[in-house]
Amino acid sequence: MLRLENAIIRNGPFNVTANLAIESGHRIAVIGPSGAGKSTLIEGIAGFLPVTQGRILWRDQDMTTAAPGKRPVAMLFQDGNLFPHLTIAENVGLGLRPDLRLNGEQKARVSDALARVDLEGKEARKPAELSGGQQSRAALARVLVQARPLLLLDEPFAALGPALKHAMLDLVTELSAETGATVLMVSHDPADARRITDQIILVDEGVALAPQETGPLLDNPPAALRAYLGGTG
Amino acid sequence: MADRAVPLARWPGWSTGTLVGALILGALVAVALRAEPGAGLRPADWAAVRFTVVQAVLSALISVALAVPVARALARRRFAGRRALVGLLGAPFILPVIVAVLGLLTVFGRAGWISTALGVLNLPPVQIYGLHGVVLAHVFFNLPLAARLILQGWQEIPAERFRLAAQLGAGPREIWRLLERPMLMRVVPSAATVIFAICLSSFAVALTLGGGPRATTIELAIYQAFRFDFDLGRAALLSCVQIALTVAAALVALQLGRGDGFGGGLERPVQRWDANTFGHRLLDGALIALAALFLMLPLAAIITSGAAGLPGLPASVWQAALNSVLVALASTVAMLLLALPMAATVAAGRGGAIELAGLLGLAVSPLVIGTGLFVILHPVTDVFALALPLTALVNAVMALPFALRILIPRARQIVAQNGRLALSLDMSSTLFLLRILLPRMRAQIGFAAGLAAALSMGDLGVIALFASPERTTLPLQIYRLMGAYQMQAAAGAALLLLALSMALFWIFDRGGRGHAEA
Repeated sequence: MLRLENAIIRNGPFNVTANLAIESGHRIAVIGPSGAGKSTLIEGIAGFLPVTQGRILWRDQDMTTAAPGKRPVAMLFQDGNLFPHLTIAENVGLGLRPDLRLNGEQKARVSDALARVDLEGKEARKPAELSGGQQSRAALARVLVQARPLLLLDEPFAALGPALKHAMLDLVTELSAETGATVLMVSHDPADARRITDQIILVDEGVALAPQETGPLLDNPPAALRAYLGGTG
Repeated sequence: MADRAVPLARWPGWSTGTLVGALILGALVAVALRAEPGAGLRPADWAAVRFTVVQAVLSALISVALAVPVARALARRRFAGRRALVGLLGAPFILPVIVAVLGLLTVFGRAGWISTALGVLNLPPVQIYGLHGVVLAHVFFNLPLAARLILQGWQEIPAERFRLAAQLGAGPREIWRLLERPMLMRVVPSAATVIFAICLSSFAVALTLGGGPRATTIELAIYQAFRFDFDLGRAALLSCVQIALTVAAALVALQLGRGDGFGGGLERPVQRWDANTFGHRLLDGALIALAALFLMLPLAAIITSGAAGLPGLPASVWQAALNSVLVALASTVAMLLLALPMAATVAAGRGGAIELAGLLGLAVSPLVIGTGLFVILHPVTDVFALALPLTALVNAVMALPFALRILIPRARQIVAQNGRLALSLDMSSTLFLLRILLPRMRAQIGFAAGLAAALSMGDLGVIALFASPERTTLPLQIYRLMGAYQMQAAAGAALLLLALSMALFWIFDRGGRGHAEA
């Protein structure tokens, strides 16, 4: 379980306040208007932004001040999820050892992960030689070998076309179901939220609310969410 | 605590930045303490101050005045070889001064091509030594720089503006008033100040083409006080005057300049619908041809006259050439060891003081640093025995501002693109530096190293202060050959120097681009 206890995450002059708990194994969409603080919340959990008050706990262990790489978190960003000068195998291998001194067993795990995302044989390619969808799958392969219990997605598939994006989201669902990882994803699209998540964290004006069931919330949105979604008014 | 975490330790950059700052400020303080204000400036010193300012003003004004029409011609014409020509405008930056001076002498000197041609017409030869020789050489070096800066200004006017102006039926005069004049009002003062600041600390040009009571710059006066009179107090006092002038000019230049780099995207010509008459095209063509001729004639002169001198070069020239290559390589390594940690730390954020330390090199001249280092080191060691290492070090510090301007933007970009990913992968600072930052900066490192190597190779500054007959570099050896009127050997050695400088630049720059990432 991930708990944010009266946590205030600072992003320059802007703060996001969160007092909530997330049960393990859920897939959760983080939804809210632009500038409401969705990315700030995610980056605070990942450790890229400082928590000025309160605590963040993972399985009752305080990780408020832990370095990003020491948290139980794997994260995919909007862009720059692969190092352009390294091969695909090296990019995935970084998830096992940042110094890339992999033993035979670890190399096999890299190959298995690439096969799992349908990229077998692409080990020696550079990211620029792959299509956008293949690049996303390579990044997911790294998430797979990282095997962290918490996966944070800050709209990594936003640049893909609708069909590819759906395929990627489905792949995320499959992989997280296999590993039991908890998924938190920033989303602008209620359809995406319905497609793969079972809960929603609503972020509005710098406050993150506790998770609510996706279906009922979207079927009967409160005023703030309704204004954001547009729709029936 | 920084707002955003970055996968880079800040202490290496702070260490080398402090080292650079301490070196430069230490030399300045040493000079200030050693100066003997009691004696005051002599009439000859005041003459040097006057000459320094006058030649710098003239050089800046003439360079810019000539550069405006050349830049306009380059901005509105497309032709085969345009890219190469614009690239050539960057070449004087790494051209050894002594090579250019010899080339200018071959073309404009008493026995040069133009004087010979005038002699056929029974006209007197051109006079090159003195104020106009100094200004001529400065215009040769800075007209291309001004043309590049102004051309950049022209190309920063969005093509849509010209389209809109053409659509409104604006002719050349309206375009001038609407678009070009406002741009020039912004760009020209900044370009002129930069050139003024560069020419203030002119040493090698004044040493070779100036001299005498009526054409001595402050830098040259420092050299003479140091070398001939061994009057350290006066050298230090003159250094203080030089510092005050350069700092003032550098501050104005920084104020006016808005980070014009060496220019990106200079190859894109603006689509122009005005100025398409035959007369305009003829004018632009003539201007471009004249500018190209002015830049290439002296180089051609060195190549033709140097080729004859090359086979019979004395052994002392080869020894000096070897020294120069070693100094250039050592200087390049030192520059990278200083600059890379600084660039990484600036990219990590909160490195404003480090950037400032890197800029300090612009505010001091090599001779001022040399004098300061001498004041500091003289009591403890034989400075003349250290002539070559000191030259390498001072050259590295002088190249630092340019290198940082190349390295920092790229380092910032990489940290922004890859920093968080590296952190989330628990990559250590060392790993990020060695596996991500440096490999991805390869092209910029190669370019900066090439600049540093070529600048050091051609440097005729601090070495002139500390050299002894057996410890000399190629530029200084060429100067000595000129002083001994061995012009053929000097030309041959200049051709060798030109070839070595360009080769060093090319090898480093090429090496950096070898495995350009896809």
